[in-house]
Amino acid sequence: MAKHKYFNRILAHLVLLLGAAAMILPFVWMVLTSFKSVTESTSMNPFIFFPKTWRAENYLEVWRQNNFLVLYWNTFAMMALRVLCAVMFSAMAAYAFARLRFPGRNFFFSLVLFQMMVPTQIFIIPQYLMVDALGMRNTIFALLFPGLVSAFGTFLLRQFFMGLPKELEEAAKIDGCNIGQTFARIMLPLVRSGLVALGIFTALFSFKDLMWPMIVNTSSDAATLSSALAKIQSAFAVDYPELMAASVLAIWPMLLIYILFQRQFIEGIATSGGKL
Amino acid sequence: MNHTVKRKIGAKTWNEWSWGWFLIAPTMIGLIVLNFIPIIQTAYLSFFKSGDFGRGNIYIGWENYRKLIHDPQVWHAVGNTLLYTLLVVPVSIAIAMLVAVLLNGKLAGRSLYRTIYFIPMVAAPAAVTMVWRWMYNQHYGLINHGLSKLGLPAVNWTTDPQVAMLSIAVIGIWSVIGYNMVLLLAGLQEIPKDFYEASDIDGASRVRQFFVITLPLVSPTLFFVVVTTIIQAMQVFDVIYMMIDVSNPAYDHTVSLVYLFYNNSFKYSNKGYGSAVVMVLLALIMIITFFQMRAQKKWVNYM
Repeated sequence: MAKHKYFNRILAHLVLLLGAAAMILPFVWMVLTSFKSVTESTSMNPFIFFPKTWRAENYLEVWRQNNFLVLYWNTFAMMALRVLCAVMFSAMAAYAFARLRFPGRNFFFSLVLFQMMVPTQIFIIPQYLMVDALGMRNTIFALLFPGLVSAFGTFLLRQFFMGLPKELEEAAKIDGCNIGQTFARIMLPLVRSGLVALGIFTALFSFKDLMWPMIVNTSSDAATLSSALAKIQSAFAVDYPELMAASVLAIWPMLLIYILFQRQFIEGIATSGGKL
Repeated sequence: MNHTVKRKIGAKTWNEWSWGWFLIAPTMIGLIVLNFIPIIQTAYLSFFKSGDFGRGNIYIGWENYRKLIHDPQVWHAVGNTLLYTLLVVPVSIAIAMLVAVLLNGKLAGRSLYRTIYFIPMVAAPAAVTMVWRWMYNQHYGLINHGLSKLGLPAVNWTTDPQVAMLSIAVIGIWSVIGYNMVLLLAGLQEIPKDFYEASDIDGASRVRQFFVITLPLVSPTLFFVVVTTIIQAMQVFDVIYMMIDVSNPAYDHTVSLVYLFYNNSFKYSNKGYGSAVVMVLLALIMIITFFQMRAQKKWVNYM
């Protein structure tokens, strides 16, 4: 029996290690290739796994040809603003939907639910036309625009607010808090884990978004990391070491944030899934 | 006296109403401007032939939809989108479930595994697709090199019309496993341990335990994972866009509805036709959602 268990454990590790290798291999290959010369990367006989000399030329070259500092800033500004808007506005609306009674509540909430069922591509042309009409293409505002409010966030945080005990509000009322104060001072701090989860969710998905920045910010000074990569790929088509260097430059910030805050990331995703 | 009490309650209610409206105002105004008006506008645009950037629209009635029905590319895109979904959803969820079950015990290195499996989820699809494309490279790719070591012939992973969709699905599966695993693992941890202990005493095998205890009890989470994965898969764009350009011989066999929408709306600037294409996607997702909701009643056990 004990032997059987031991064997099972080894088998589990084998399967998991194999999977883990498959998860990491593309990233390893990305980094290795980014330090090779084109000749090394296309040498088949012998096939070269590790670059003979770790050359930084590819990084210097893509850094010279693209303004990465601007790309980092654009991406960061978009993420930060989207997180701020989504968390702030969703928390307000979510609290009202969860705890206040007012005419139209059910109707408005059904609009929130309906928005979540519709594929986002259906909004894109009109949103683009709006940004264009405002003369705001190629700006940070354009990147933020579709993320100004979040139906998903409203729904998610409503679930968190509904899980809080009713007595808290009654106590706050007796202490003389009005509804706004009860919301901001008492209830909001209690759904912190929800706010963090929504923030991570929003940051991650805006970082990964490709189509919207590609459409609305066509100038290379207004691109995000993702949309710039798409451009770089069509420009450097065959120079894979440089493409890989650009990819590494584009993904390391998020990867670092993930490694540092992995517990929050994973718990955030897990709770948001559990709440829906 | 009675009158003033009534007035007082009225003021209190009024206060709550105004706070409610005030708090939802930013979100509702945002949703109406950013989402609800655009839905109507997209539906409206689908009856127009549009020139550059939406200027000079000409009303053409159902012409876009008539064109759409006779457009082989639209049918390809519908087929490809469904095929991609059919490949990614079962495979990614099965693997995610396997990993989640393995990680649900007291295995050493559990949180390290969890961290690693989630990594593809935090990388930008644009970057990830580029490295996969490089690994898929016909002449210099890592994968074909591996095949040749095993004495197998090289495969044109990204240009062979028969294979390209599979290559794309592999990237899709690889990217989403970690996300689904984290959700499923959270669901598994909700299952009371006593259930397993009781069935251990009864001498049930691990496999039987999985089907009799785990699967029914995790079914609400599983349902959620299935629904979100289907909806994500139906909207596939990034990977295909980064891997297959319009001149690729496998384009017809890989183009998805969203990619077709993007090309028509923004590459060829025919936003009317693009709108019609995205309406097809909306219809498809609505139909699938309807069936999911019906299926939910059949196989999901809410405790």
